[in-house]
Amino acid sequence: MNALSGDSPGLQRRRRMDRAFRVLCTTMAWTSVLILAILLLDIIRNGTQWLDLQFLQSFSSRFAHKAGIYAALVGSVWLVGLTAVMAIPVGVATAVYLEEYSPKNRLSRFIEVNIANLAGVPSIVYGMLGLAIFVRAFGFGHSILAGAATLSLLILPVIIIASREAIRAVPQSLRHGSYALGATQWQTIRAHVLPVATPGIITGVILSLSRAIGETAPLVIVGAATYVAFLPEGPLDNFTALPIQIFNWAARPQPDFHDLAAAGIIVLLAVLFVMNGTAALIRFRTQRNRPW
Amino acid sequence: MVDPRSLATTEEAPSSSTDVELDSPTILEARGIRFAYSAEGPDVLHGISMEIPENRITAIIGPSGCGKSTLLRLFNRMNDFIPGTDLRGEILYRGVNVYGNEVDPVEVRRRIGMVFQKPNPFPKSIAENIAWGPKINGLDSGASLDERVRRSLEQASLLDEVIDRLDAPGTALSGGQQQRLCIARAIAMEPEVILMDEPCSALDPVSTMRIEDLLFELKKQYTIVIVTHNMQQAARVSDYTAFLENGHLIEYGETNQVFTNPRQQRTEEYVTGRFG
Amino acid sequence: MQEIASAPSLETIRAGLRKRRLRDWRESGVGSLLLVCALVSVLTTIGVIAVLSVETFSFFREVSVADFLFGTRWTPLLEPRSFGVLPLLGGTLLIVAGSSLVAIPLGLGSALYLSEYSSARTRNLLKPILEVLAGIPTVVYGYFALTFVTPILQRVLPQTQVFNAASGTIVVGIMILPMVASLCDDAFRAVPSTLRHGGYALGATRREVSLQVVLPSALSGVLASFILAASRAIGETMAVTLAAGATPNLTLNPLESIQTMTAYIVQVSLGDTPQGTIEYKTIFAVGSLLFLITLAMNLLGHRILRRFQEVYE
Repeated sequence: MNALSGDSPGLQRRRRMDRAFRVLCTTMAWTSVLILAILLLDIIRNGTQWLDLQFLQSFSSRFAHKAGIYAALVGSVWLVGLTAVMAIPVGVATAVYLEEYSPKNRLSRFIEVNIANLAGVPSIVYGMLGLAIFVRAFGFGHSILAGAATLSLLILPVIIIASREAIRAVPQSLRHGSYALGATQWQTIRAHVLPVATPGIITGVILSLSRAIGETAPLVIVGAATYVAFLPEGPLDNFTALPIQIFNWAARPQPDFHDLAAAGIIVLLAVLFVMNGTAALIRFRTQRNRPW
Repeated sequence: MVDPRSLATTEEAPSSSTDVELDSPTILEARGIRFAYSAEGPDVLHGISMEIPENRITAIIGPSGCGKSTLLRLFNRMNDFIPGTDLRGEILYRGVNVYGNEVDPVEVRRRIGMVFQKPNPFPKSIAENIAWGPKINGLDSGASLDERVRRSLEQASLLDEVIDRLDAPGTALSGGQQQRLCIARAIAMEPEVILMDEPCSALDPVSTMRIEDLLFELKKQYTIVIVTHNMQQAARVSDYTAFLENGHLIEYGETNQVFTNPRQQRTEEYVTGRFG
Repeated sequence: MQEIASAPSLETIRAGLRKRRLRDWRESGVGSLLLVCALVSVLTTIGVIAVLSVETFSFFREVSVADFLFGTRWTPLLEPRSFGVLPLLGGTLLIVAGSSLVAIPLGLGSALYLSEYSSARTRNLLKPILEVLAGIPTVVYGYFALTFVTPILQRVLPQTQVFNAASGTIVVGIMILPMVASLCDDAFRAVPSTLRHGGYALGATRREVSLQVVLPSALSGVLASFILAASRAIGETMAVTLAAGATPNLTLNPLESIQTMTAYIVQVSLGDTPQGTIEYKTIFAVGSLLFLITLAMNLLGHRILRRFQEVYE
């Protein structure tokens, strides 16, 4: 007991409230972890019984015990591949333009604001754009190409924003060194800026593609089929995708199909886990190796 | 005035010149303070011992990076917010170790106030800036709280300038006014000690003068410890001066003596501007 | 004399100029190509607005704006047809309000924990977990609502319908929780630590500094995070489609089945709706409303956020 031990009733009450508040905030923060754990456990508990080689190799079926995810898995691979081919060049080029070329004028400012706002447009609205433009106006029909084009537009803002950050992190001194050797702007960008920015760009690209894999609503709108008993052979074929198949199973009333949905979710989450893990690894390794 | 014994000890162990003869009772005392920002890191304070006299202004001077702000922040446990620090030694406030197990840091800071290098008014009104401390600490409420706000502003010689806009945001004031607001905020808690960490370094010369004038007024009621890199300021306002270099207390004594007749070679070089 | 002799011939100068012209041409060509790519995003916006407005205008040739905006019955697929969007809007607002009740307190508490209480190590553990939670596809949340949350609700409150707003509300709340937490955490961390120290130096406890210094200082950033998260909730589709049902229902009872704007668009899209029919046009009218509401909220949210960042930069 001494003058500084703060034993006045007022201070004791405040300390009690402080402790209670700390407990409250801590609990709230860890609630997210708890929710994540419950979610994963629930899915694993329901899904693992259906998860076998047959599930991965079968087409969907009216009978739960015959149904599999083969077409959806292949469809998702097609989708992501085409999306990557379309979205990455355009996204990275936009980022290079905005960071390295764009004059500080109203057009550049407009493009930037526009990208920020596109990032907030609900994904279902992209689906409606895809339906009207790609499916109908361009005549792609309910094809993989229409779906991938729609998803490309959807993830474009994410790729642009991540690539810009990566390009911005390249130190100015590197550019100056290149210019001092008589290199042109494009030579500088190609030989020095882009190689250094690549790990950051790849991380952003992987994260955006993993978002594309999980997107359901835009694909429903552009007309991904819910029952497909064949594998797509070209970009103009009809298709289904993992989240569509999961949605379809989850929407059925029979509990068996719910468990099938859980099995499908395990596959989807496993794909996402691998992608995000790769992105995290790249991020970790470049952060460690970077001299600045 | 100086105890001959202290002369002898300072020659041998300059980091522990505790034997300065003070003309006022000790209120704060550092005892063998060693401090590092991490357990593996180097010590930034190497065994500092000094006594702070009541109702006096004690200045801590020294080149930047010498540890003077670190030492100041140890007095009211502000370094608690940096994780992983390593402190040995004691800080005694009226004989009680402020780092003792029984001690509540909140209580310490209630009694030992602080004014920071950059004015940091809360984004609240001028009146709320001052009333907040007393309110949360339950010192006052209602009309007597309003009176406390006025009194504190008056003591900080800010009242005349803000009397008609107490509801304006504190951040709208000029830099010098903001710093006096922060002083008023500290005064409102009626602390016994006010620690000032280079309070004028972000201010223009006129505002600096006003704050220095204010310090003379305040020392009637409060003990003030001021860290400054401005030697003229230390010479003008303080009663006692401590000179720190590389985490060592090189010299501590009456301000006049430290500046006109320093006992240590390093002090002389520093106060005459040959380094630092 | 020698210098003149060694001067480049006219031919070499011409060759040099040609090379330079080629290089200049390539440089400006690259610039233009990149600009074309950057314009794709502008075209996207123009496309969205054009597509939505063309079909919406054609919808309003058949249905009056007032009937659409203020009508209280939404039965576009059944006779007698009625095109009052209020039930869909009400369903959406019910989801937004409910999910905010979940996400705002939890998100604020988590953010205060992350920025004011947690150690760097805990923080580095929790932040990625929140990112994982944010990265889980919405259809997974829909499944979770339907097979986990709803059965629990039904056990606690037996009058709960199989499809109900409450279940959708809870999972949408979980979905936007990481967004609230992360944006609020950013806002709290933008508050200079000198302000916190000012508070502590006056003898405040951590709770008092958190709630009375940090929170008020970051208020506009916190507000922006609520607006942006609510906008996400409005646009959210699959979870509410699966969990909340397909009953346009102007109700405040969260235990009943409802339909949101997004769920209606999905419902129509799942059937094969021919272009040009009134059903086809309705989804664009509803989509326009959805787009306008989320756009307005995003613009407002980003504007507030920008102002907030300017204060503390």
